[in-house]
Amino acid sequence: MKTKRFILMVLLTMVAIAMNAAVLRAQDAKVIKIASQSPLSGGQALSGTSMRNAIELAIADLKQPLVDLGFDVQYVPFDDQATPDVGVSNAQNMVNDPAILVVIGHWNSGVAIPSSEVYNTYDLAMISPANTNPRVTSRGLSVVNRVCGRDDNQGPTGAKFLAGLGTVKSVYVLHDKTPYGQGIATFFQTEAEAQGIAVLGFEGTEEKSNFDGIIQPILATAPDAIYFGGIYDQTAVFLSQARAAGYTGIFMGPDGTDASDFAALAGEAAVGTYYTSAAGPLSVFPDAAKFVEDYNTAYGENPQPYGPESYDATAVALHAIQVAIELNGGELPSRAQVAAAVRGTADFQGLTGPISFDAYGDRATANYYVSQVKSGDPALWSENELLDTVTVASPFTALLESAMGQ
Amino acid sequence: MMTTTTVEQPVGFIRRALSNRWIALAFLALYIVIVYAALFGLERASPIFPILSTLAFAPFALTPFVTMALSIDWRFKGLAILLLLFVLMPILGMKDTSFLELAIQICIFAGLALGLNIVVGFAGLLDLGYIAFFAVGAYLWAMFTSPVETYIKVSNALVPASSFYLFMFIGVIIAAIGGILLGLPVLRLRGDYLAIVTLGFGEMIRILAQNSDTVGNPPINFTNGSQGLDGVARPPIPQFLRDLVPTVENALKLDINNAQTVTQQLLFYFIAILVIVIIILVARRLENSPIGRAWTAIREDEVAAIAMGVPLVRMKLLAFAMGASFAGAIGVLYASKQTFVSPESFSLSQSISILAMVIVGGIGSIQGVLLGACVVTLLNLLVLKNLSTQISNWRNIDAIVPHWLIIIVAVIIGLFLLWQAWKLVRSYVNSTRFQTSGIANIIGAVVLAMIAIAAIVFAFTSGEFHIRDWPTQLEPARYERLVFGILLIIMMIFRPAGLLPEGRRRLELQAAKTEQKIEGEV
Amino acid sequence: MVSNQATSSWLYRYVVLPLGQMLIFIVGAALLMTLFAYALAVLFPTPRPNIILADQIGRQLPGMIISGVTIGFVYAMIALGYTLVYGVLKFINFAHSEIFMFGGVVGFEVIRRIADAGFLESWSPLLLVVLIVITSMICSGLLAVIIERVAYRPLRGAPRLVPLISAIGISFFLADAVRAFEAVTRNAFKLTYPVSNIPALSTPISIQIGTTPVNIRVTSIIVIVAAMLMLVALNYFVNGTKLGRGIRAVSQDMSTASLMGINVNLMISLTFFVGGAFGGAAGSLFGLNVGTIDPFVGFIPGLKAFTAAVLGGIGNVTGALLGGLMLGMLESFLSGILVYFPALGGRYTDIFTFLVLILVLIFRPSGLLGERVDEKV
Repeated sequence: MKTKRFILMVLLTMVAIAMNAAVLRAQDAKVIKIASQSPLSGGQALSGTSMRNAIELAIADLKQPLVDLGFDVQYVPFDDQATPDVGVSNAQNMVNDPAILVVIGHWNSGVAIPSSEVYNTYDLAMISPANTNPRVTSRGLSVVNRVCGRDDNQGPTGAKFLAGLGTVKSVYVLHDKTPYGQGIATFFQTEAEAQGIAVLGFEGTEEKSNFDGIIQPILATAPDAIYFGGIYDQTAVFLSQARAAGYTGIFMGPDGTDASDFAALAGEAAVGTYYTSAAGPLSVFPDAAKFVEDYNTAYGENPQPYGPESYDATAVALHAIQVAIELNGGELPSRAQVAAAVRGTADFQGLTGPISFDAYGDRATANYYVSQVKSGDPALWSENELLDTVTVASPFTALLESAMGQ
Repeated sequence: MMTTTTVEQPVGFIRRALSNRWIALAFLALYIVIVYAALFGLERASPIFPILSTLAFAPFALTPFVTMALSIDWRFKGLAILLLLFVLMPILGMKDTSFLELAIQICIFAGLALGLNIVVGFAGLLDLGYIAFFAVGAYLWAMFTSPVETYIKVSNALVPASSFYLFMFIGVIIAAIGGILLGLPVLRLRGDYLAIVTLGFGEMIRILAQNSDTVGNPPINFTNGSQGLDGVARPPIPQFLRDLVPTVENALKLDINNAQTVTQQLLFYFIAILVIVIIILVARRLENSPIGRAWTAIREDEVAAIAMGVPLVRMKLLAFAMGASFAGAIGVLYASKQTFVSPESFSLSQSISILAMVIVGGIGSIQGVLLGACVVTLLNLLVLKNLSTQISNWRNIDAIVPHWLIIIVAVIIGLFLLWQAWKLVRSYVNSTRFQTSGIANIIGAVVLAMIAIAAIVFAFTSGEFHIRDWPTQLEPARYERLVFGILLIIMMIFRPAGLLPEGRRRLELQAAKTEQKIEGEV
Repeated sequence: MVSNQATSSWLYRYVVLPLGQMLIFIVGAALLMTLFAYALAVLFPTPRPNIILADQIGRQLPGMIISGVTIGFVYAMIALGYTLVYGVLKFINFAHSEIFMFGGVVGFEVIRRIADAGFLESWSPLLLVVLIVITSMICSGLLAVIIERVAYRPLRGAPRLVPLISAIGISFFLADAVRAFEAVTRNAFKLTYPVSNIPALSTPISIQIGTTPVNIRVTSIIVIVAAMLMLVALNYFVNGTKLGRGIRAVSQDMSTASLMGINVNLMISLTFFVGGAFGGAAGSLFGLNVGTIDPFVGFIPGLKAFTAAVLGGIGNVTGALLGGLMLGMLESFLSGILVYFPALGGRYTDIFTFLVLILVLIFRPSGLLGERVDEKV
């Protein structure tokens, strides 16, 4: 047995050498890799795959200027499985490849926060299309940026909307115990109380299949509305069980609800759900029509929410790399240079509008959308009714504006 | 499995040749040179880098075991291993830090496997909650150094990064205490009941870690719950290491553009090697001591051990404590390497992974457990991850699997399945009495044959396959459990004693097997 | 189960008695938990401002009992699989949690295909449920038999740890294999039973108890009724048929049973089939009740059911039932009450459940109804 193993090893290594020798060596100095991290498997794979596809499309569309400068642009998607540990592991792997200059990701704030610590240690720029938790940028890391809004604005938007309905006097708040879910639930709760809505309960749960034990106390307190800060693979299942148990009140969620799988998982129970989102419905972006078409041709379906944002994040990244190359005299720039160029992005015209990053990496002004689900058919998710659009400046930008106004 | 004599002759010849010390030594030298050259020559930019690095690094990581297995002078063995660990690996790591990363992970899991080996292998106590001690060590360091707003941070009790080594020691103590606390209530339990209670304890620690972010009223945050603790401190890099890297870089004309990463990883690598060496030494001392013999007695027959005067309670608690202490030390190392600790890394499936490493390697044998840890870690972190990356590389360059390749692979698989089906039919025909198992044989044979034919037909009718059509839900990196599961099943059926079993164990299992053969089926 | 020696009618022996015993268990567990709940309410009258615990308990009591019984029966059915196999082979079938999951996935595939073919509205809901449960029972049972044949039988003489590891390997393999199958055929991870499209199954039944309206899910009732029927059938099978007697003989003493002319291998395969069938039924009923499952859904219920089997005394069929019901009730009541304690919250339910297990095992190491097996030297 051991002898056979030796022989096998020797043969394998000889094969390894032979294969290696046969490979072209011309590529090493001029390869630029764009990496991404999003959940490509598991319950949130729909959104993660849509992110990945949008990024791939953006690279194919926009890499020409870099190719003209003599560089080869490659795309390396990673699956972070919506798990912080895997995200950090992938990040540790990523930093060992010197050709990777920028990371587009993540989908979950709870994965982005620890992974960005790794990126920061190695000066690797990160642009997030979908991470809305404030802590992503509030740590002041120079490499972290995002093209979407923040939960400390999104949560209160939801609370104000509910208060504006007039019929909601009490709400029961749930969250999924991740930084994202717990964060936005807390922001929602604070604003709801400020608006005079009684918060009957604030509970966190990681249960994914059987919510009976949680639904019982909620029904016993009989709230007018339930707000669940979480992602659709959990909140949709909760909603369908709550409705089956006889809950007839309002259900509201944050942008974690914003994906067609919410309707797929909850079916008819999803109709009437309100949700806020930092990603606009496709109809709101006039420039995105071509993107939607191309996406359909390449992948056979509509992009999920945050698709246009992922496209924009990639566009920003490619543009920043180009700037960094030119500043570096046509040579491959260092990661620090790319990170600086990314942070310096100002008035870059993307599908979702003009993009500028403030000193913390937040998008200078961002929109928040309130919508209502109209149909239980997942294919009609983009037809959900848009009820309200709110534009809010990032905290730093607001601070600047008020200081300059004085 | 190897039955034909045409293969036996050259194999036998090689075996005889290798028993000559000088030929064996030459073989080892050649092996190391070839593998190392292959690794050094790898180019990261190449699209088939993932597969190549897998094929090259796996033999390299197994070199210590190859060395130990060859019949050469022990002085040469020691020299080879020292060279490997302290010269070759670090230099390779300087060229490409991802290999260092792998080596560190292997060391971490090897340490855990050795610790569990003491509990399960030496003392025979089935512990399914072992990962809890790992969690204790990791959270210890994380809680005291993370800038997250926990109770410890708020009460200004954070410690400087230089107390890392002190904390490894503290981790050992605290984990050992944890081990004793676990051992006390379970002293009377045997076998399956012990397994379920230890499993429960492991889960309880995880749930506690997950929920200790709002303890009491007003809520106190201890572990930051499922969000985990990030920004955990790393030990400061000593000056000599900082100077070492540029020296080596100049001496070997390497091109290192991330000196900071390299130095950091090298520090962890050396710490990990040191910890493993200490653990191995401690484990060997324990194994060959009266304590180790007492454990063997308890493992084999508890009642007889009591009759012989073995202090059962003390020995069991000692086993738990020692095993836990290893995990505690490794936990501190892990936390500072990952700089992020969350309850998810300490789930039941991790406990089972480590148990599997021990079983696959050879329960009770130190060398076996090391090999098991090496193989399983390589499988999870090298093979599957690289397969994933390789597939996405191929997607990028729109690689196409040609039709003829699909046909050849399908034909090979189909023929193999048909051969297995034929064997089933033959054993049914040859059996002398009608039993229900006979019908099962026929059904199995028919099913296998159908699969074989379906595969071949499918292969012929399909065209070429675009790698980009591989569904994204089928990421290989996510399927570690599948590969793991198959590995476990095959190991248990064909080599239940493990890859490098301990002497007594092997005899035990051989006896069981012959007994079964004599009885036939019950 | 207890069999009456006197010449009672068949109906009494095999239907009334077992049903009665089950009802006693349910009522007993419910009473116990209610007492415990009100005791807590006496100790902590207002754990949070504006919350009077006794009032809340009163409002939630019917709901907690029903959901406790529902999940209790699910755990009991899964626990049966563990306990039956342990009885004959003295071995924990770790793969059983995946057999449970497999049953759920088979049920999903059946109802999904019916829905895609457009028959969901036209077929009677009762027929659909029966079809799903029977199919999943048969498939899971067969899977269990195949697993036994392929992975456990070759290891029968080996020391304890070896088949245990093999079982773990099968468990890992099955979970990922089902995942791969669903990934390739549907590119999906979460599998939803289209129950919300069947009005008869998705509208709750509303009854008035005093002043509070109580909503009972139809699927809960289906789970309870189906479980009771199956348990009655199992009791008859184990105690009243020749095959059942054979299984009991093998679990008592394997070699003597074979000397008596019983085909031991057949009995073992049959045990696995029955245990697997129950696990599969639990899977599809669970899927109907919660609506969405995924390939890893088996892990936690499997763990809890195993805890329940040990709690009741592993190897003892009645013990599995009792353990399952107790655990289900405990879980339901704890998660309903702990919510009101701000220092704790519902998340600590699992910890308390494990603590109960550990306490029981410390004082009764063989479980509640288990026999004391003396160590023979």
